Amino acid sequence: MASDHPVVRLVNAVVMSRGFPLLSGVDLELERGSLNVVTGANGAGKTSLLRLLGGLDALSSGAGEVAGIDLAHGDRRQLRRRVGWLGHEGSFYADLSVRENLLFAARALARPEGDVDTALRRVGLAHRAATITKQLSAGQRRRLGLAWLLVRRPELWLLDEPYASLDDAGREFFDHLLAEVVDAGASVVLSAHDALRSRELRPRTIRMAGGRVDGP
Amino acid sequence: MIRIARLVAAKDLRIEARSRVLLWQVVPFGVIALLLAGLALGPTQAGHSTAGPGLFYLVTLFVTLLMINRSQSLENAAGTRASVATLGLDPAGVFLGKAAALSVELWITGVVLLAGSVLVLHTALIGTVHALPSILVTLTTLAVAGTLYGALTQGGDGPATLLPVLTLPAFAPLLIAGERSYSAALHGGALWEWWVIVVVALVAYTAVGILLYGVLEES
Repeated sequence: MASDHPVVRLVNAVVMSRGFPLLSGVDLELERGSLNVVTGANGAGKTSLLRLLGGLDALSSGAGEVAGIDLAHGDRRQLRRRVGWLGHEGSFYADLSVRENLLFAARALARPEGDVDTALRRVGLAHRAATITKQLSAGQRRRLGLAWLLVRRPELWLLDEPYASLDDAGREFFDHLLAEVVDAGASVVLSAHDALRSRELRPRTIRMAGGRVDGP
Repeated sequence: MIRIARLVAAKDLRIEARSRVLLWQVVPFGVIALLLAGLALGPTQAGHSTAGPGLFYLVTLFVTLLMINRSQSLENAAGTRASVATLGLDPAGVFLGKAAALSVELWITGVVLLAGSVLVLHTALIGTVHALPSILVTLTTLAVAGTLYGALTQGGDGPATLLPVLTLPAFAPLLIAGERSYSAALHGGALWEWWVIVVVALVAYTAVGILLYGVLEES
């Protein structure tokens, strides 16, 4: 596959849920190795777009391809292995420790267990490795989510409102990490209510409204 | 598939050991239910012994429903479902792992309830020990079938209250066969015929689960 092949290509993509359109005709193309911010009001379709890109929801009509996999006819399980998801709810087994959660991901994907310690150090949670996940603060859970993605090393990072619950230091750390991820060749799509204020990152901003891409 | 099954089973059992839901909630519920069943029968010990196997499996049914819900709720916590889905785990491995963990949990609960049956319902200790292998196989079959039905009712947006309605018709033959083989071990009678029903159901539910669990997860 050519490296200039877009990582995401959607043509009139529609996602329906019980007769209600979550996405109502999205046309979108995202470059590999790019950082993209999807903005919009509540209910604009940001999370639905991310879930479609992650193979978590099925395409109802239209066409699409993510990381080289056809959304209409391809193997969604295969697609999911290529993407990483960080939801705004905190996305782990609450009764496992920080390290046990990451070991679960590493072992599931047959990654070296040493990657877990490296990821914990990278996100500043090494001292919390033995802490039960439900005892973490919201910001620490967000860092655990990043460690989970660092262990997984996905081709496409999908981050649903990742800046929620982060203090200024956390936001700055997050910006640094995203810059590194993009430099390493991965693609990132994140949702946010407003455009990023970061001076370090220069993302493409995609505005959504009513389940469609509204601009630019 | 086996690697993922072991991973999922170890994870579920570790969560159970840490949260102690089984120890402090499910097992006490089962013991109290057994005690109340014994009280409802009155003071005649002979009647208790006859009804013992049926009451044991009735309480086991309630406990099994609780534990199936608990097992599925681990995966359905907010956000966890999406994160774990993007690991792309082999669904057959997930099914076998969750069924194995649920089996171990049911075995532990079953042994406690059997001890309770001997103490509260005065079922014969020797007969209960003889019945133990058939009871463990029946509990395994309930765990396997329960994992399948748990995914069916909670895999999507299905309400958890659907679980008893859907499982009772499927569990009924297993519970009858289990009760008959336990009674046969206590009072004499054909034991193997009832075993066959349970073992055939175990094989069938395992095969269906391996083939269809992924479809149920997606539904």
